[in-house]
Amino acid sequence: MSFQQHQNRRTSRPRRLRRTVLASAALIAPLALSACGGAQPGGAGGDNGEGGFSAWTLTGSQQDAFQASFDAWNEANPEQQISSEFFANDAYKEKIRTAVGAGNAPTLIFNWSGGTLADYVANGNVVDLTGHVDDLEERAIEAIEKGGEVDGKQYAVPNNSTQPVVLYINEKLFDQVGVEPPTTWEETLEVVEAFKAEGITPFAVAGQSQWPYLMWIQYLTDRIGGPEVFNAIANNEPDAWSHPAVAEALTKIQELVDAGGFGDSFGSVVADANADAALVHTDKAAMLLQGSWVYAGFKADAPEWYEEGNLGFAPFPTIAGGAGDPANIVGNPANFWAVSADASEEAQQAAFDYLNEYTLNEESIDEFISLGLVPSTDGAEEAIAASEDADFLEYAYSMVQDAPNFQLSWDQALAPDQAQELLTNLSQIFQGSITPDQFVENMNATIK
Amino acid sequence: MSSTTVPSRPRQRRRTSTGPSTWMLAPALIFFTVFALIPLLGVAVLSLMNWDGLGTPTFAGFANWRTVFSDPVTLHAMWLTFAMTVLTYITQAPISILLGVFMAGNEKYRAVYSVLYFLPLLFSAAAVGIAFKALLDPNFGLSNAFNIPLLSQDWLGSTDLVFYVLIFVIAWCFVPFHSLLYQAGVKQIPTSMYEAAMLDGAGRVRTFFSVTLPQIKYTVITSSTLMIVGSLTYFDLVFVMTNGGPGNATRILPLDMYLTGFRSYQMGPASAIAVILVVVGLVISLLLNRLSGSDKMESQQEGA
Repeated sequence: MSFQQHQNRRTSRPRRLRRTVLASAALIAPLALSACGGAQPGGAGGDNGEGGFSAWTLTGSQQDAFQASFDAWNEANPEQQISSEFFANDAYKEKIRTAVGAGNAPTLIFNWSGGTLADYVANGNVVDLTGHVDDLEERAIEAIEKGGEVDGKQYAVPNNSTQPVVLYINEKLFDQVGVEPPTTWEETLEVVEAFKAEGITPFAVAGQSQWPYLMWIQYLTDRIGGPEVFNAIANNEPDAWSHPAVAEALTKIQELVDAGGFGDSFGSVVADANADAALVHTDKAAMLLQGSWVYAGFKADAPEWYEEGNLGFAPFPTIAGGAGDPANIVGNPANFWAVSADASEEAQQAAFDYLNEYTLNEESIDEFISLGLVPSTDGAEEAIAASEDADFLEYAYSMVQDAPNFQLSWDQALAPDQAQELLTNLSQIFQGSITPDQFVENMNATIK
Repeated sequence: MSSTTVPSRPRQRRRTSTGPSTWMLAPALIFFTVFALIPLLGVAVLSLMNWDGLGTPTFAGFANWRTVFSDPVTLHAMWLTFAMTVLTYITQAPISILLGVFMAGNEKYRAVYSVLYFLPLLFSAAAVGIAFKALLDPNFGLSNAFNIPLLSQDWLGSTDLVFYVLIFVIAWCFVPFHSLLYQAGVKQIPTSMYEAAMLDGAGRVRTFFSVTLPQIKYTVITSSTLMIVGSLTYFDLVFVMTNGGPGNATRILPLDMYLTGFRSYQMGPASAIAVILVVVGLVISLLLNRLSGSDKMESQQEGA
């Protein structure tokens, strides 16, 4: 420091000038940058200058339904336009949290409820919707709507289809091999043997994407131990992963892997491009455990195969002596809208109106049904019966309505750091590089 | 700031009279400060904080650093990064040198080959990653297209194979660039030296080891620096191709930083990992610079 001062005193005029310019540039630059941050596209913070509000949601099968709903609102409310942006799933998950944390969230925050929503609530990022969205709440299936509650208050409301995980069946291959879809775990292992003998992969699973592995542990744990097992985990009860149902589920997974239930290259299969579904409709695999959204993919990617009536569906097999109700399902009850606490009151009010009048209204339900997606509202029976996908939609719709418990996907239900650890460890279980006991130990360490 | 300007001051004073004005440094300096130094400082500070991306960061002292150095996942990531540096180097360096020497010949067909070899460099890492992911798909990729069952391996899903698959793809991506460097280096060697070697009765191999290799010493150092420091940044390819999986089998340090920061939202430990990466990168390039004796960099042709 003293050396510096000494130098300063001796500096000649041009050098002093140079230093002043550099110093002021360094001071101004952050200011200029922060000014950029305030002018986010999409009317961040809820004000896009025209009394409207903003919404971010996902590209993919549901995009058209959201777009139609936004368009309808915009047409009826020229004073309060919705400005919408669509993102790819993974990119969105990373972007939205940063935006919310920085106070630049859109007015309507698309989310999966669960751990992330709980974080938003704890930090005061989202508004308590209780009492503001009664009309919408009346339409939504109650069990699904409950998913948006945190501490007994409604912080998020369902905004799209309900997405139970279904066991898809390649009927053609079942006929060819002469076996019936399995209803119990014993039958499952027998069916696996039968398909293996014919050189057919019994179950397709997109191991590269890791999250499809979740569907197996979720269903198995629920069938063996009931919903209480995961509820304890989600509540961060100490050593909750040590419940014997978890280890048994993992043992069954490894048993199935060892029996060749997933073939020998499942770790390279990617879900983004629907390669797991492609294995089924190219008659390379006999079954697929996946979300209901894959149904539309089957129809779009393999229309001929689908027209031949090759696609069947079944519930997850039962486990002898299991404590869970075989009618329980897992998946995503729905996706949700939350309203940003950083939005202006005017924008928030407009968002409430939009939710009450346009979210899951009759038009958007029809839109979902026409896309082959299962509506998350009551009273859609008639519209479903009239649909060309009535078989599947009726099956999945009654599955959801009759389910005593609909478990949200574990990676969404848990806090992000626990979810990431879960996916990694589960991937290692499928690869056989760790034992169920090691998994339990690793996961217990994430409970805080 | 002060540490960068103070030592160079005497030299500056001498240069202002003759060389280009130091003012020409200003734009670069401003950009470097705003986009490198200030964020770097921010990351260093953040490494001492607890922050999950929401709310306000809270001060955590050195807890994050302790976490990082005791977390088996991060330690494994450090080991993988080291293994990747070594393996990518020993696969790329010999191939690049041989290709570069080969391409430095004068025949026309070599020019055609050079263009072909150069192609991978024109694709972005993301495109290469996606393309290889599709090609290596055991069900719908190359094995299916050419009906070669041998190719139908669990390339990206098997913990035994995936790391080596990545080394291969990385080499495929970057060998063209390094062979280009070597080609240029070899072309600088005066033909008189080869003529002299020929008169002395040296064969191809002897000429390579006694003339070519010593003469491209500095190219080797440049290329090695780029390869080794570059191996710390093979984030994009790995991210696109494996996402660190299966399990943690390809979770190298830059990816560990990303997953910790933007999947687990533990910004503190992620920042600590980022600082480690910066320090390791700096140390390696300084070491290589020192080894190469950059201050006494002399013309390669001296004494030729």
